Amino acid sequence: MPKALLSGDEAIARGAYEAGCKVATAYPGTPSTEILENMTQYREIYSEWSTNEKVAFEVAMGACLAGARSLVAMKHVGLNVAADPLFSSAYIGVKGGFVIISADDPGLHSSQNEQDNRFYGLFAKIPVLCPSDSQESKDFVKLAFDISEQFDIPVIVRITTRIAHSKSVVNLEDRVEHPVKGYEKVKEKSILLPQYARLRHHSLEERLQKLAEYSVSTPINRFEPGKKTIGVIADGVAYQYAREIFPKASFLKLGMVHPFPKNLVASFGRQVKNLYVIEEVDPFLEMQIKALGLEVLGKDALPRVDELNPRIVQNALTEKKVEVKPESGVPARPPLLCPGCPHTGLFYALQRQNIIIGGDIGCYTLAALAPHNTMDTCICMGASITFAHGVEKALGDQDKRKKVAVIGDSTFFHMGIPGLVNVTYNQGHTVTIVVDNRTTGMTGHQDHPGTGKTLLGAETKALDIAQIAKACGIEKVYTVDPYKIKETKTLVRKVLAEEGPAVIISSRPCALKVGKNPPKKVLAEKCNGCKLCMNLGCTAIEIKDDKAVINDAFCVGCGMCVEVCAREAIV
Amino acid sequence: MSKKENTNILISGVGGQGVLLFSDLLSEIAMNEGLDVKKSEVHGMAQRGGSVTSHIRFGPKVYSPLIEEGTADFLVSFEKLEALRYLHFLSPKGVLLTDTMIVEPLPVIIGLVEMPKDIDERIKNRVKKSYIIEAFKKANELGNSRVQNMVMLGALSNFLDFTPDTYHGAIRKNVKEKFIDINIKAFETGVGLV
Repeated sequence: MPKALLSGDEAIARGAYEAGCKVATAYPGTPSTEILENMTQYREIYSEWSTNEKVAFEVAMGACLAGARSLVAMKHVGLNVAADPLFSSAYIGVKGGFVIISADDPGLHSSQNEQDNRFYGLFAKIPVLCPSDSQESKDFVKLAFDISEQFDIPVIVRITTRIAHSKSVVNLEDRVEHPVKGYEKVKEKSILLPQYARLRHHSLEERLQKLAEYSVSTPINRFEPGKKTIGVIADGVAYQYAREIFPKASFLKLGMVHPFPKNLVASFGRQVKNLYVIEEVDPFLEMQIKALGLEVLGKDALPRVDELNPRIVQNALTEKKVEVKPESGVPARPPLLCPGCPHTGLFYALQRQNIIIGGDIGCYTLAALAPHNTMDTCICMGASITFAHGVEKALGDQDKRKKVAVIGDSTFFHMGIPGLVNVTYNQGHTVTIVVDNRTTGMTGHQDHPGTGKTLLGAETKALDIAQIAKACGIEKVYTVDPYKIKETKTLVRKVLAEEGPAVIISSRPCALKVGKNPPKKVLAEKCNGCKLCMNLGCTAIEIKDDKAVINDAFCVGCGMCVEVCAREAIV
Repeated sequence: MSKKENTNILISGVGGQGVLLFSDLLSEIAMNEGLDVKKSEVHGMAQRGGSVTSHIRFGPKVYSPLIEEGTADFLVSFEKLEALRYLHFLSPKGVLLTDTMIVEPLPVIIGLVEMPKDIDERIKNRVKKSYIIEAFKKANELGNSRVQNMVMLGALSNFLDFTPDTYHGAIRKNVKEKFIDINIKAFETGVGLV
């Protein structure tokens, strides 16, 4: 059998391919993005970047109801966006197998929260599988398609960052085709009018009952014999950490965590002297173990915040505590806007204005940090425009500061448009700035409805943000090139002084997508060390011996510093 | 490097330095030698010029994809401040390989904090075996600063049991045709630096 070193994300794409999946959809989001990026190598599968997670979910569900095996992938918070169809999908069930990938981010490596999406299984009444490495990621996706078709229900495969972005050895198998069954109208199943939906709820409870029996017998919930003094129940990557620390213990490794395999857990719990449950973030398993009346140690010793690692498990649950001190006084290296980032020009223009700025989700959220400090909030996708509107309505004449929203192009398509429609409809006066870099930047340059390209590389109509803004009822719509710092500053200040509502589109492609220009130079004799250029927050500029110096290795020659310098010292 | 125990290698650097290609190559080599391998890293926001790490573990059986503090056999750092940041991951016998290169982080550039002045001294005090090499400079001399990662890989290869052919093979397989020669040259330059 051929082997490959795959990340969890790559293994999920491979699993979908081997399982005969026909349609795969997603909106990019760390740590799930690479699933669909890798899906495109399998030309048997139609893959798309959908506009947002709800759209992606419903497209994949449509494909499933047409009888195709289909998959939708998203980061944990994406499932909040798609929660509406998620709940309906459990009632309706499937025709072709339907698999939902939720990629959670314990440790908040690139997210706004640490929510534990195993609870969505319990909440929406959908089975949940949690793989522990890449091989299992592939195997569980294939199994999830089978479970989905056998029990007429969608299946969530929940991974975490350490599964998604860790590579391990995977055995590759061939694809098994599952022909598309074809669409057939079944009104009692697919039309959730109350009279039908009530019956579907009964059906769902029956399906869950059968799944509960399956959960006890499935080989992915397995007993791994060891000494009886310590028994460990664990899922996901926490299982691997537990294995490092308790090499000789008895294990109950749970691959299917919902429905919870009650009898299996009860029988395991009775066989061991000390029972530990090792899981990341919330006590999802622990709650259910305790409901069986078993005594178990979990979150009373282990943290609920941040991801786990073997050391945390060791220090929490064993006598052998280890603490290693890092070197002190090492300056932090936070992520930041890249040299030449077009967002820089826009945020430079917003500095030191007496305004309230609703931020959004993307690279530009980094402008919340020094030296820009040009953001008041980061809530969730699309919440910049709506936040600003709410603040305005609450404060009225009490606080005359302009309420501004800053949102990226991909985020604008994702969830910004309804907010902008709402501004017009409800007579708002906010200024919405779309920082349009013609790509989905933070997740690594994915196409979106404004780029004119699909995930599979086809040319398509590129939607025009200015036209959309006008169609949303905004009459004052301006476009500016943020590299032209003076022009941008003048326009921003003019719009802030006018009566709203207005939209400014700050338009310039991401610096990482275009080639470098020759680096700029500082004329030392002209530089007086005023540090005005440092307000750009560009890592290619340093101050040495009270003069600005440009680092050739990082400078992309964007020229923003040339315009910022008051002494014409940069050329 | 013993065949009975796992080898832990932590790679650190600054986003954009080619840490990921380095760790992909090394993991693939270990897999092709029939070893169990896990490597872990973080993508997304953390990559935008921030501090990045990649954990590689290989041996007879690897469970955790993460290396614990105080247990790394090797710390390979593409930048010296990042070497200092992760120094405590090295085991008491661990070996440090770091570039002399320093990239000042933004809080230093804008004057919020100062760089530590005694990095070399602290390395000497904490690590028994350390090699501070000019990989970035050598890469530039070869004509492409982006092959810094292959210079570092060459330097590390002196300590591992894999043959030169396995590295060359992995480079040929993973690097674009027109960059193969310069990457192999960079690798060989690195071999000579330790």
